[in-house]
Amino acid sequence: MKRRDFLKNTAVFVAGASVSVSALDFITPKELFAANPQLKWGFLVDTHKCVGCGFCVKACKTENDIPYEANVTRTWVERYVIKKDGDVVMDCPKGARDGYTTKLLDQNHSGMLLVPEDEIAQAFFVPKLCNHCTTPACVQVCPVGATYQTADGVVLVDRSWCIGCGYCIMGCPYGVRFFHPVEHVADKCTFCYHRISKGGDTACAQACPFDARQIGNLKDPNDPVAQTVLNQRVGVLRDEYGTKPNVYYIGLNKEVR
Amino acid sequence: MKNHVWRPLFVVIAIAIGILLFRAFYVPSDFGSQEQGYTFGYHRLSNEQEWKDYPEKYKGNDYCNECHDDKIEELESAHHSTIPCENCHGAAFDHPDDPEKLTIDRSRELCIRCHAKLTMPSSDRNDIPGIDPAKHNQGEECSECHNPHNPSLEDM
Repeated sequence: MKRRDFLKNTAVFVAGASVSVSALDFITPKELFAANPQLKWGFLVDTHKCVGCGFCVKACKTENDIPYEANVTRTWVERYVIKKDGDVVMDCPKGARDGYTTKLLDQNHSGMLLVPEDEIAQAFFVPKLCNHCTTPACVQVCPVGATYQTADGVVLVDRSWCIGCGYCIMGCPYGVRFFHPVEHVADKCTFCYHRISKGGDTACAQACPFDARQIGNLKDPNDPVAQTVLNQRVGVLRDEYGTKPNVYYIGLNKEVR
Repeated sequence: MKNHVWRPLFVVIAIAIGILLFRAFYVPSDFGSQEQGYTFGYHRLSNEQEWKDYPEKYKGNDYCNECHDDKIEELESAHHSTIPCENCHGAAFDHPDDPEKLTIDRSRELCIRCHAKLTMPSSDRNDIPGIDPAKHNQGEECSECHNPHNPSLEDM
């Protein structure tokens, strides 16, 4: 083969190969969909204000059609009791759907535990929900592209696309995902996407009588949530996982897992 | 090349074309890497709209105010005015069409969500007046003595 022929053939081959690669490209060109680079949803929880009434859990279950009696929930409230000797006792019966109405702490198979009043150093409630992480582990592990992050930072599940493999449920470091007993797909908090995208509040935040839960736009400097996150001392859960959560907590301490 | 090399190659090519054809029909046209990129944004775009169209059940105090403005105005200064109407009166759904009447939760269990006395020194729960549900007029409904909107007995 002459050098000229070799170069010619190579050029033809490269051109041909690049055409076929672009023809096989799985990524379809897309329209920008209600893209607003000035919007990123964030959530603020004030653990001092939470009284453990569980109205948020009840409202969430009703709003999002999560079977009321099934032991699954998109949001829940944990109770922490820290004793003077440093022991941490924690409970969360039924995800606090019915609120905290007894001093007894539900220790599952070890029964109910009463911590005497004079042994309690700290006791408080911590509401939990999906952190809508900036780099969500659950989305990364989905093998079919059923769970994803929207342009405004909300992590959702496509119910028609989910195959129910459960990788995301195991991948989430916060345990916020569960298997929906009726829909038979992975389910999780949506930040009430149907409500917030119409300018409303999430069902849990609306149900809270004490404003312990707030949703806001982290990119708007005048938003009360953004201002608190910027100007006050807030914490996030499990920072060491590098998931960059967007649910911020006031009054978090190291005992909270 | 000889026939025995080409023949399996044709089979492989046919399978590949078959898979690509199936994929072209099966995968929706709006499926792909969206704005968040391949790692976090690989999805069917129209699903975002499907979630946005999910029906609301809790409509909020402003919705109640559209008809029951007299009641809301009357109760503005009540002790319990910070509690949203629907927490006790039930989610509105499509009230007044469906359901025509909401079911009010008057149960003791509802009240003690906040008013069971707990020892919570690092929470605002400690500042809420509380009772021991096992000792305080057991078996009776709270609303028999307390006005649910304005429950302090001194104000009645």
